[in-house]
Amino acid sequence: MSALLEVRELGRRFGGLQAVDALSFGVGEGEIVGLIGPNGAGKSTVFNLINGVHAPDGGRVFFRGEDITGEAPYRVARRGLARTHQIVQPLANMSVLDNCVVGACFGREDLSRARAEDVAREIAGFVGLIDRLGDPAGALTIAGKKRLELARALSARPLLLLLDEVLAGLNPSEVERMIVVIRRIRERGIAILMIEHLMQAIMSLSDRIVVLNSGRKLAEGRPEQVANDPAVIEAYLGNPEHAARLRGAA
Amino acid sequence: MGPPAFLGRPTYWLIVVATLAFAFLPLWHDNVELREELLLAAIYVTLAANLNLMIGYAGYINFGNIVFFGLGGYLCMWLVSSHGWPLVAAALVGAAGVSLLALLFGLGILRLRGAYFALATIGVNEGVKAFVANFTPWGGSTGIYLPIDAFAELGGPAKALWVIYFLLVAVMGASLLVSFGIKNSKFGLGLLAIGQNEDAAVVLGVPAPRYKALVYSASAFLPAVAGALFFFKSAFIQPDDAFDLVFSTEAIVGVMLGGQGTVIGPALGAFLYEELRSTLLTAETFSNFQMVIAGVLLLLIVLFVPGGLMGWIHRRWPRTKRVLE
Amino acid sequence: MFGILASILDGVLVGAVYGLAAMGLTLIWGVMNVINLTHGAMIVAGMFGLYYLASVAGLPVYAAIPPIALAGFCFGVCLYWVSVHRVIGRPPLMSLLATFAANLVLIGLGTAAWGTVLFNVPVSLPGISHGGYTFTGTHMMAAVLTAAIAGLLYLFLYRTRPGKAIRAVAGNREAAELNGIPTTQVLALAFGLGVALACASGALIATLFPFTVLSGAAYQLKSFVVTVLGGLGNPAGALLGGVALGLLEGAMTPFMPVSWTSIVEFVVFVIVLIAFPAGLFNFRR
Repeated sequence: MSALLEVRELGRRFGGLQAVDALSFGVGEGEIVGLIGPNGAGKSTVFNLINGVHAPDGGRVFFRGEDITGEAPYRVARRGLARTHQIVQPLANMSVLDNCVVGACFGREDLSRARAEDVAREIAGFVGLIDRLGDPAGALTIAGKKRLELARALSARPLLLLLDEVLAGLNPSEVERMIVVIRRIRERGIAILMIEHLMQAIMSLSDRIVVLNSGRKLAEGRPEQVANDPAVIEAYLGNPEHAARLRGAA
Repeated sequence: MGPPAFLGRPTYWLIVVATLAFAFLPLWHDNVELREELLLAAIYVTLAANLNLMIGYAGYINFGNIVFFGLGGYLCMWLVSSHGWPLVAAALVGAAGVSLLALLFGLGILRLRGAYFALATIGVNEGVKAFVANFTPWGGSTGIYLPIDAFAELGGPAKALWVIYFLLVAVMGASLLVSFGIKNSKFGLGLLAIGQNEDAAVVLGVPAPRYKALVYSASAFLPAVAGALFFFKSAFIQPDDAFDLVFSTEAIVGVMLGGQGTVIGPALGAFLYEELRSTLLTAETFSNFQMVIAGVLLLLIVLFVPGGLMGWIHRRWPRTKRVLE
Repeated sequence: MFGILASILDGVLVGAVYGLAAMGLTLIWGVMNVINLTHGAMIVAGMFGLYYLASVAGLPVYAAIPPIALAGFCFGVCLYWVSVHRVIGRPPLMSLLATFAANLVLIGLGTAAWGTVLFNVPVSLPGISHGGYTFTGTHMMAAVLTAAIAGLLYLFLYRTRPGKAIRAVAGNREAAELNGIPTTQVLALAFGLGVALACASGALIATLFPFTVLSGAAYQLKSFVVTVLGGLGNPAGALLGGVALGLLEGAMTPFMPVSWTSIVEFVVFVIVLIAFPAGLFNFRR
């Protein structure tokens, strides 16, 4: 499996804090890779470094073999790398449809507005927003806004999708539906790198997991490996004995 | 390949009808007073419609927007008086020069976000005014005067005034059509995204730096032509008139009053404001209060009806959104 | 040579007053992310306040400053409630337009009342002479008073409860709210304080130079430059920035016609904004 995204020795400081420290990992075509770690581990920062919101202090980012380190976000988007945000950012006074049309127009394919509208409609249907197309994006519920965030990113026809806590704030049935959508995204051949706190969801969805703690890679491997890694457990729960007792009790 | 889509849009026809009305009403009645009134209104509409591209679409307030009007006037007057150019060529080439300057300047100051950009545009206006006031080839603080025979090429003063009027109405119509065209284009969509949330737009792939510079430059062209025509008509230009921040402010009030971000709004707002202004100016006491009234209007709009007239209409009657863009 | 040095030193003195003017602007900007475009008008209000209290009503010049500051505070609180309160949560461009509109009203009323007539408050204080150059007494007095006011501001912000509340809201409004601080009242207080500083600085400037209703624009510009030099919301930085600007002006005036001063200041403004968005004198991280 060829590496679609490769991150090498990525580093970034903010003032006194080393937010990301010599991080290396990759995402292959068609893979779903989960990025987990305790709060403040630097996960969203990694996304910002990949898609150009911040330039890294050290290390490189490769996408489809090309060095995209520090490229402006709109150039990264053009290459086929789309991203959702942890705190949703709808273009509030524009319609749901227009939000997706923006994604489609300025994404990987340089589509005309008319063609982009077709793509946007298709994606909106795929994601479940088809009856809300005319509504202003600001009027959606939080679940709707999350779906819009996803639809916008998908409308760009990306090769790689960065999902930042796309399940946060959703109730269990909404989570179920979103998981189904994510699986169907993979079926379309789009690779996914996802940050998530919902352990069960990310463990069941991911092919591989990368664990981050204080900006450094703590562990990497298949979900089962990572879940049983004592270092990972300690990072989350502070003490492996507690974890053992919890698992014993479960 | 059928007829173009815009022919089916009511807003397009509204623009055409309004432009034709402006052109024919004074002509039909041979009413010079009406023509002069509508001429001023046409200028206000032109300024507002082009300013709307920045404020309403891209979300960047250009406090110093009048600099395009003034510079266009100066370039044209200079080409006509010092080099004997015919009016239309001077106006167009002058405006192209202003657009180019705007592009260059824009690339610099558009790195500034929101309020900082707004303040910097005042600086651009004041800076250009100070420069021109000290620039002897352009008459310095005295300005440029056109000789009496300047109107000969247009068939004498009386005819020239009509020709200039029609040209200005054409500029107004063009401004509205540009506004309409951009709003429905991919470029316009990108601008609107920038106006809503520039960071999110950039992540979505909108090439913000390029688009902002382009719209800033585009918003300069037609006001520059209008300035060229206006000052040629006055046969006289000087820095204080050319770079008048009061005029600049009134354009902003027009945009906000009518509804920033819509196509019709700024035109309507500018027209209404101009009518209000000219009515009030006839009363001696009110002329001192011109800016007070503009300020009160603007404050009320920003506080209570930020969407302006069209925003209110769209909210009250949602069906009108498609019809009156 | 000494002429230039004297000019620069004089610039430092005057610059301190610019710093005072900017403190009001930067305080409001830092606390509620609102750029107060009525700032210039408030400076002018302070100037006229001094004129009426000192030249017309006969109060001793420097004794007129506290009542002017107080009046400025009250007016600032009213202005907050009228123009700013409703736009606080909204996009910053809306608050910009709101204060811009308020400024139009104020300057418009001012020009209607006083036209563009030049006013002057004659103040005579003994100066210090050295080598043929005199440092005017008023300049020195203004700098001293500025230091005093700045000191009072520091005490207020760091040693009193309302002052600490202002700093808390400036740091994190939601956290302050959750801690039981009545943020709206604090914002009104901060705005009033900012306007009071502007009025006080206007009164001091009136002791130095003649003025018209339209003088505020130039001082507002200087305040902007100083604010961005010092970093937003950083009153100490504003003082340093003011001195720096005064220094720059002092160095420029022997060589440049006065009308170009504003242009240079604007260029500095834009350059600092682009190159040093956090300010040159902002030592807080």
